[in-house]
Amino acid sequence: MTAQLSMWEPSPGGYFGEFGGSFVPEVLHETLEEVREAFEAARRDPGFWRLYVDTMAEYAGRPTPVTFCPNLTRQLGGAQVYVKREDLNHTGAHKANNVMGQGLLAQRMGKKRVIAETGAGQHGVATATMAARLGFECTIYMGAEDVERQHPNVFWMEQLGAEVVAVTDGTRTLKDAINACLRDWAESMADTHYVMGTVCGPHPFPQMVTWFQSIIGTEARAQMLDAAGALPDAVYACVGGGSNASGIFAGFGEDAGVELVGVEAGGKGIDTGQHAARLAGGQGRTGVAQGYRTVFLQNDEGLMHDTYSCAAGLDYIGVGPILAHLGQQGRIRFESVTDAEVVDALRLAMRTEGIIPALESAHAFAAAVREAPHLSPDQRILVNQSGRGDKDIFTVADALDDEGWREFIRQRAAGYAR
Amino acid sequence: MTVDQRPTLEGRLRERLADKPLLLMTHLVVGYPSLEDNWVMLEAMDAAGVDLVELQLPFSEPIADGPAFVKANHEAIAAGIGWEEYFDLTARASAAFSFETLFMGYYNSVYRMGAEPFAGRLAEAGMRGFIVPDLPPEEAAELREHARANDLDQVQIMTPTSSPARLAEIGRHASGMVYCAARTGVTGRQTDLSQGVPEFLARCREATSVPLGVGFGIRTADDVRALRGLADVAIVGTAGTQAWLDGGEPGYRELLDALVAGTR
Ligand SMILES: Cc1ncc(COP(=O)(O)O)c(C=O)c1O
Repeated sequence: MTAQLSMWEPSPGGYFGEFGGSFVPEVLHETLEEVREAFEAARRDPGFWRLYVDTMAEYAGRPTPVTFCPNLTRQLGGAQVYVKREDLNHTGAHKANNVMGQGLLAQRMGKKRVIAETGAGQHGVATATMAARLGFECTIYMGAEDVERQHPNVFWMEQLGAEVVAVTDGTRTLKDAINACLRDWAESMADTHYVMGTVCGPHPFPQMVTWFQSIIGTEARAQMLDAAGALPDAVYACVGGGSNASGIFAGFGEDAGVELVGVEAGGKGIDTGQHAARLAGGQGRTGVAQGYRTVFLQNDEGLMHDTYSCAAGLDYIGVGPILAHLGQQGRIRFESVTDAEVVDALRLAMRTEGIIPALESAHAFAAAVREAPHLSPDQRILVNQSGRGDKDIFTVADALDDEGWREFIRQRAAGYAR
Repeated sequence: MTVDQRPTLEGRLRERLADKPLLLMTHLVVGYPSLEDNWVMLEAMDAAGVDLVELQLPFSEPIADGPAFVKANHEAIAAGIGWEEYFDLTARASAAFSFETLFMGYYNSVYRMGAEPFAGRLAEAGMRGFIVPDLPPEEAAELREHARANDLDQVQIMTPTSSPARLAEIGRHASGMVYCAARTGVTGRQTDLSQGVPEFLARCREATSVPLGVGFGIRTADDVRALRGLADVAIVGTAGTQAWLDGGEPGYRELLDALVAGTR
């Protein structure tokens, strides 16, 4: 019952069209070969996928439901809105899926230690729980700026037994944390697996992370047929590196009638330069960095730009090579939404349905909110709610510009002041 | 394409190896600490008798470098060092000094420039080849073609983790010289040269006949001396930059003199 992923099958060298490949220092060549072989063997072993699904059921709460949203549907006055609830995973996001999949693979490979990069801290927290559960030592690399901005997640990672290393290079954010992981791995590969958090990096990570995340799409497709008696007309997912999008799209890739819509961070607007829209804005250019070829936000001489989003998980220079390829092929349509649209969509989802999407996921909602009114009431759309917003209370309260919260923090801080 | 009988990188190295058992290759990140400092460093290298210099083009995501060079890359970028500044310095250096020069940088810079213009600009700047640590040989066929047309060599990298089959594959693509990384990890840390390095270099030797350079953690004259009889080129990176930062020009010259003495 493993997912069929023929469109996600690379050509030799790990390519999807012109994107992908493996561009790493020679010292990591054999390590990636080892991961590729282990992944191929696991993929051919039906027992492995069963173990993964059972583990996610027992430990993480899968399958996550699909929720019909009658109030939001009425409010938008167009297509019927359904939501895939990845927010209900243990640790509150789809990141838990990939992390457990790679953890089980690392166990098969006999590794003792895992390392991971994290931006907002979501993937770091998920990796730390998996490491505690499966008995790995765990080091999480996090940009120093993110460590300062996202202390609650640092707190949880450390409580879970992980070592958190603040990365002070470069822009001190996610991309620098990825570089730090690659450097650690170049030395520690004998006993360490690098749990890449998204569908980026050198082959086989884009394919492998898609495979684990395809659990989202496989479930969602069956759930839509159950709940609505039909497939959705369109599926919306936010795109940082692209793992939640790849995961849900994987369930519908062969369904030509299902439109796939990837939603990138438009930040303060594409024209301001303060965004992370690599594909939607037309500002991305093909390049090779962090181990793979894709569309990056970079200057004429190939130096990477600073990116920006209110959602830390979308604030990244590159995008999964499979998504870049399917975008070029026209199979996936890419859109961007601004921070302002995201905040409106978040408020709307909370008020109408009592669901609390993460700021990342609210990007997918924002695109759905923009487009649903133009569809007819007998059409259905499915939005991937990749994570929950309530545990990111600091960032969400800032995004919502909530004075009551600020006052609470001031008083709490005064209480700690000596 | 030029039709004169320009000697190859390997030929130039062999010529120098006729006079002494071991050559010295040093490194700098162009624009760090500044272009002016770079020039003084290059003069010092030339005066000391350095044979070969790696000139690194700064990149924002230098995944094969350790903390010292990462910082150097980012500061050089912040100071506005781009292709123009890079090729201006490298061309002047190749013309003014007797050492050979190699490009060092990451593949995105090459990719954005394009294989043919890249090779053309290197040749024009008088360089002999290039080291691109995130470009594996199986991805470099087109670039090697343009390199050959411009009398440039791609310096391949061999590592202690490379399997015999992989070493043989790298060896098939090798020309000019091979860069043997003395240990795993990134640039900038000490390497214990007694630990498995001779055995590793013997495996490299089996895989290729071109001169072998050894880098990663080579810091002192003793380290250099320990490579005599094992390798053809000692490669000193981070230690040089560190000496400049710690001791300025006098400290830098002192280190270079000691390193060159270690080759004789
Ligand atoms: C809730 C949530 N959604 C989306 C993302 C973006 O990642 P991806 O595009 O790989 O799904 C993140 C990343 O941290 C996240 O935490």
